[in-house]
Amino acid sequence: MAVLEQDTAATPARASLMNDPKIRGIFYQVLLVAFLVLSGWFIVSNTIVNLERQNIASGFGFLDNTAGFGIIQTLVPYAETSSYGQALFAGFLNTLLVAVVGIALATVLGFVAGIARLSPNWVISQIAYWYVEILRNVPLLLQIFFWYFAVLRAVPGKRDKWSLFDTFHLNIGGLRAPKPLFESGSDIVFYALLAAIAATVFIARWARKRQEATGQQFPSLLTGFGLILGLPLITFFVMGMPIGLEHPVFNETGPMLQRGFQLNVGINVIPEFLALTVALAIYTSAFIAEIVRAGIQAVSHGQTEAAHALGLRQGPTLRLVIIPQAMRVIIPPLTSQYLNLTKNSSLAVAIAFPDLVSVGGTVLNQTGQAIEVIAVWMMVYLSLSLLTSMFMNWYNQRMALVER
Amino acid sequence: MANADLAHVRSEEAPTLPAPVSTTGAIGWMRKNLFSSVGNTILTFIGIWLAYSIIAPIIQFAFIDAVWTGDDRQACLATQEGQTVGACWAYVKAYLPQFIYGRYPLEERWRVDVVFVLLVFTMVPLLIPSLPRKGLNAILFLVVFPVVAYFLLTGLVIGDNVILPIVQTAQWGGLLVTLVIAVTGIVASLPLGIALALGRRSQMPIVKLVSIIFIEFWRGVPLITVLFMASVVLPLFLPDGVTFDKLLRVLIGVTLFASAYMAEVVRGGLQAIPKGQYEGAQALGLRFWPMMYLIILPQALKMVIPGIVNTFIGLFKDTTLVLIVGMFDLLGQIQSSFSDPNWSTPTQSYTGYLFATAIFFVFCFGMSRYSIFMERKLHTGHKR
Repeated sequence: MAVLEQDTAATPARASLMNDPKIRGIFYQVLLVAFLVLSGWFIVSNTIVNLERQNIASGFGFLDNTAGFGIIQTLVPYAETSSYGQALFAGFLNTLLVAVVGIALATVLGFVAGIARLSPNWVISQIAYWYVEILRNVPLLLQIFFWYFAVLRAVPGKRDKWSLFDTFHLNIGGLRAPKPLFESGSDIVFYALLAAIAATVFIARWARKRQEATGQQFPSLLTGFGLILGLPLITFFVMGMPIGLEHPVFNETGPMLQRGFQLNVGINVIPEFLALTVALAIYTSAFIAEIVRAGIQAVSHGQTEAAHALGLRQGPTLRLVIIPQAMRVIIPPLTSQYLNLTKNSSLAVAIAFPDLVSVGGTVLNQTGQAIEVIAVWMMVYLSLSLLTSMFMNWYNQRMALVER
Repeated sequence: MANADLAHVRSEEAPTLPAPVSTTGAIGWMRKNLFSSVGNTILTFIGIWLAYSIIAPIIQFAFIDAVWTGDDRQACLATQEGQTVGACWAYVKAYLPQFIYGRYPLEERWRVDVVFVLLVFTMVPLLIPSLPRKGLNAILFLVVFPVVAYFLLTGLVIGDNVILPIVQTAQWGGLLVTLVIAVTGIVASLPLGIALALGRRSQMPIVKLVSIIFIEFWRGVPLITVLFMASVVLPLFLPDGVTFDKLLRVLIGVTLFASAYMAEVVRGGLQAIPKGQYEGAQALGLRFWPMMYLIILPQALKMVIPGIVNTFIGLFKDTTLVLIVGMFDLLGQIQSSFSDPNWSTPTQSYTGYLFATAIFFVFCFGMSRYSIFMERKLHTGHKR
């Protein structure tokens, strides 16, 4: 050791400090930081000068001012007298609504198409193939326009309708559906549902423990179904059917102007929401279908054969062997598709559905607070994607293969 | 007992019989793939019915009931009660120049044509793996072509001599804008993306941090907000008097956005290069940049060609968003043509959207096929 140290100490000083990777690294990084600080300062100073020249006050104070514009669909109480902040919040909730409904629809469609693609039936797999190829190779905005300007403009006008089972009605004003009415006693039905879910979770845990200990199986899936469906249903009838339906009212007679659907009776899904959600769900489902197909194909055929050799039937083979392994491959890209759907919901602005970007655009035009509005947009979407990647990291850690 | 006359012992091989008709040829295929079980048979018929009920109306609309010629909306209106009129292709024919060039001046449109031809002649050979001289070709496509195309499209004035008259970008439109944004976005984001990917894998902590923040920021926000930022906020960032063309602002936004995605694609390629390649290059005495330029990047970039093509497909589709900030790409041009009263008919919007769908599908599907072809080709190279 001592000899080695002496040797290094004895080597002559290097010709140039720049040849030392460490010093060179520090030098380049200092250069980068200086460049970033300088360009940041350049941008900030220019912006301040420009804002002063245009008489725009910076800061988020404008969020408390009265908005003065209406929003056609809100999940929270909102009026024209509400503030800009409340308007943006209502828009954010609409974004979330589109995202949640779209994700649910896209997942169902995507899994169906992905599994159909792998079907041994040639016709079915070809249909799935062209479904995927056509939908993912046509721009989303074009699809939204198609649904909004072509399909939903071809439905009957205000004084007419198309009906399905006499419950769901479609016309130019959007989709009308019955609205559930919660009367006294309905909260007990709700509690029954919660109790059933809790019991199902408890039973599933107990069943797994028992199976691990004794090898005896318990049909926890069926029991769960029975509990979650049955318990609320029984309470519903015991309490004397406290949940009713408020059907939309359609006036076919009377003065011409009052014909059509009565306002504020039943649920009205506006056509902007319909077009956006359907287009987003269908577009994303094509990508999900490919992910599902790749995920299932990633499980080697040997796994199926081994499971069959162990005596598992087709059903348990799928449920216990194939799907858990496929999900490991499917879930990470699936989450990023969910995130894509959420980000793509910003295209709402093209058909004036009041989502975060659309409402923000109106605020931007009214106040001229471009930087602040865009900062709000970006912060919201960035935190959503940060949350998603945190979930992914957690999932990947949980699901990582434990190797010897 | 003599065994000699036992008649049932064969003395020669039995002739091979052909496989049963029911297992070979078209019938065998159908039995295996369409009618293997009761459930499968039902599925087949449901599938055929589904396909028929979707395809038949489209063919009826696009071809059988379609109107192919005409000068205005009268041609595409039902002349008698009960007549169904399909696609109004006469309208597409009348508007085709606008869909391709936008409002580019009539007498200057040859310049756009030349750019299209140059694009095909520099890009297609680059995409065909068996053609030689990829390095020269890449320089032609990535350096020479953009410069030539820039002057051809915007115009060239030297001193007082007008060699090519200036055409404002506000007059550009249609497929021209779509291609300009998509091609510029991809060509400009490639070097930026490579730099970011190298930065993300760098040993220097600050460089790495800056690259990660940059990449994750652009990947985390929707393109629309980026476009709004480019068209509304970017002018605020610049000193008074310095203004950018609107198209250029959008191009900057799209490039930054695409470079983050490109960086992730390139990083995938860099990660796939075995460590031995780096060590081998270092053992030969190569410094960082020669090592990257001569050893690592050629292998990594070749490996990620499918990823780059997929990014390009995404970008090509995303160019439609520029219509939201008031520019007219192909979709924007089609959308704005709907307001023309001369061609306003009930089937006009369907025709326009069908046309746009066909164009985008041909471009994107073709590119995705190419990407799959490259993937297969590159995959076999790694099987030993």
